[in-house]
Amino acid sequence: MSARDQARSIVEPAPFSRRLAALVIVVYALVSSIPLAWIVATSFKTPNDAIAYPPKLVFTPSLEGYVNLFTARTRQTPEYLASLPPPETWYEELVRKRNMVITGPSRFAGRYANSLIIGFGSTFFAVLLGTFAAYAFSRFGIPLKEDLLFFILSTRMFPPIAVAIPIYLMYRQLGLTDTQLGMIILYTAVNLSLSVWLLKGFIDEIPKEYEEAAMVDGYSRLQAFRKVVLPQAATGIAATAIFCLIFAWNEYAFALLLTSGLAQTAPPFIPNIIGEGGLDWPAVAAGTTLFLLPVMIFTILLRKHLLRGITFGALRR
Amino acid sequence: MTAIRLEGVSKRFAGFTAVDALDLTVPDGSFFVLLGPSGCGKTTTLRMIAGLEMPSEGRILLDGEDVTELRAGRRDIAFVFQLFALYPHMNVRRNIAYPLRSRGVARAETARRVEEVARMLRIEHLLDARIGRLSGGDRQRVALARAVVRRPRAFLMDEPLGTLDAAFRELMCEELRGLHDRIGATTVYVTHDQIEAMRMADLIAVMNRGRVEQLGTPEELYHRPRSTFVARFIGSPAMNLLACRIEQDAGDPVAVLAGVRLPGIPAPAGTAEATLGIRPEHVRIDDTSALRGEVLAVEYLGARQVVTVEGPFGLLKLRAPNRLALAFGDRPGLAFDPGRVVWFDADGRSLATARRREAAGG
Ligand SMILES: Nc1ncnc2c1ncn2[C@@H]1O[C@H](COP(=O)(O)OP(=O)(O)O)[C@@H](O)[C@H]1O
Ligand SMILES: [Mg+2]
Repeated sequence: MSARDQARSIVEPAPFSRRLAALVIVVYALVSSIPLAWIVATSFKTPNDAIAYPPKLVFTPSLEGYVNLFTARTRQTPEYLASLPPPETWYEELVRKRNMVITGPSRFAGRYANSLIIGFGSTFFAVLLGTFAAYAFSRFGIPLKEDLLFFILSTRMFPPIAVAIPIYLMYRQLGLTDTQLGMIILYTAVNLSLSVWLLKGFIDEIPKEYEEAAMVDGYSRLQAFRKVVLPQAATGIAATAIFCLIFAWNEYAFALLLTSGLAQTAPPFIPNIIGEGGLDWPAVAAGTTLFLLPVMIFTILLRKHLLRGITFGALRR
Repeated sequence: MTAIRLEGVSKRFAGFTAVDALDLTVPDGSFFVLLGPSGCGKTTTLRMIAGLEMPSEGRILLDGEDVTELRAGRRDIAFVFQLFALYPHMNVRRNIAYPLRSRGVARAETARRVEEVARMLRIEHLLDARIGRLSGGDRQRVALARAVVRRPRAFLMDEPLGTLDAAFRELMCEELRGLHDRIGATTVYVTHDQIEAMRMADLIAVMNRGRVEQLGTPEELYHRPRSTFVARFIGSPAMNLLACRIEQDAGDPVAVLAGVRLPGIPAPAGTAEATLGIRPEHVRIDDTSALRGEVLAVEYLGARQVVTVEGPFGLLKLRAPNRLALAFGDRPGLAFDPGRVVWFDADGRSLATARRREAAGG
């Protein structure tokens, strides 16, 4: 062995442990993606394939789940079906084969739109307000600062659903039940404590000399905030936005309690997708697959900010 | 060009007084150093001049104009931070140009001025580099360039060389002073390093616990410290401080150091005890002297040596030419240069000597 082979760096992992780490990560990634793969596969199966036992790993893909997810259908007699003009579209044809006709769109698209509006809306406000509040907490001498921060944190010390009844009653009085605005306010309020604390940590890490340098150079505090603090807090803002979106997007209990029609989000709706003779598994899987997409896409879009933060360290302390 | 005046400026943080009723005038065009140990209020003072901190009391004037309430960006002062606050998300060129953009300087003019200061500070080759790639010294130059490019009324610098290694610090001291001589703008420079201060300053204000201990030229501070604090802080090795009794000899005060009378040395009147201050280079080896001590250590520093002597008076350091062969355990006689002795009272304040008082009176 040469001396170079024997020399060990304490920061660089040895090739063996590096390979071991890679192996562990790959195995873990595979195991955790099995349920996801299962859902996505099920969404492309026919109802019979979906409940076949043993499970079919190889099957003919079908879009029936997606068609069923987006349409309302009724079962008809063969005579009535025969009397109809031939189907005009591929999805009508698919439905006819099951002795059904499409009576209109399902409510899924509306629920999905609600989820998007409420999820991204509340994330936007939680991050916007959180950034300003965190900046103020980080930079200014605020009276009772410690107490205020503790109060903000304390709102997360019990499960939010513990206050569901008072919130329900308040919302009824205010006319906010089953409105998008009401849900945006609720999720913003719940997420705000997380976003203030997370972002304060990130902003505390940015030396105040940065914006002070800009202020001495003739910029106002707000300009310095926008041009100097925000770009450097991008990592924190991206991470916080992802956390907020995940909470708001997945929230089930409040959505079930406070929304029923107009403003209902996708999570309480998906389990209600019931087809002929029980749950329509491909449709549920299709709903779940579509439901997973926005958070995934959002995270991938913000990924470069998350990674950039790690390679930032340009300041000598 | 701008003179800076502080009138009775104080700053308190939650009951703690960081700067205590400071009166200070920085003459127009001077290189002014605020020198003091860590925590004495130097940075706070500088931040108040810049407008980044509001004084709790007092006024700040630039060229006679009261700017106490004026926000930082309106004072037209450049600040070089301790941490060289360069923006990591911009390259060197944009960092330097940044202060000009806020002032709406035209693009061509901006480019011209950036090139000009880059040439002046010898960083032209770095203009397109990212901040993260630069060495400490290069960052220092970029931070200076960003300050200089604006042509501000005054420069404020907070320990800008603090993170550099010794050799580079020396070089940067020369460059900074050279830059100041070329530009001539009033500069307030903060440091805890007396060598830096002595090397560059026209005037030094030595600070201690939020107050100015002494204001003067480097020579004044070195030869006539007004307190033991200044005497200890300035000079390396520091001034020797020796406790003496003062006796009367036919009406004239005479100092007695560890039982040895020092008749040739002017002594203060009207006190029974005082502290004698003498710089190491003003202590001579004199074998006729009754004042003796034992050599504890000898440090060779090129042409000279620093010798530590222990005697009944305590420890004393002296600077002697190398041709004097002194070794551990020797017992040389010691004498002080009478014209160089300074005196302090029990509170560490300087005392006038009887003879000098007579000279002043007559
Ligand atoms: N924002 C602040 N809040 C509370 N105390 C402070 C603040 N800034 C400075 N101080 C205190 O004021 C004193 C002087 O600080 P500073 O001016 O930074 O000293 P120096 O620059 O001379 O080392 C220190 O004791 C420091 O802890
Ligand atoms: Mg300081």
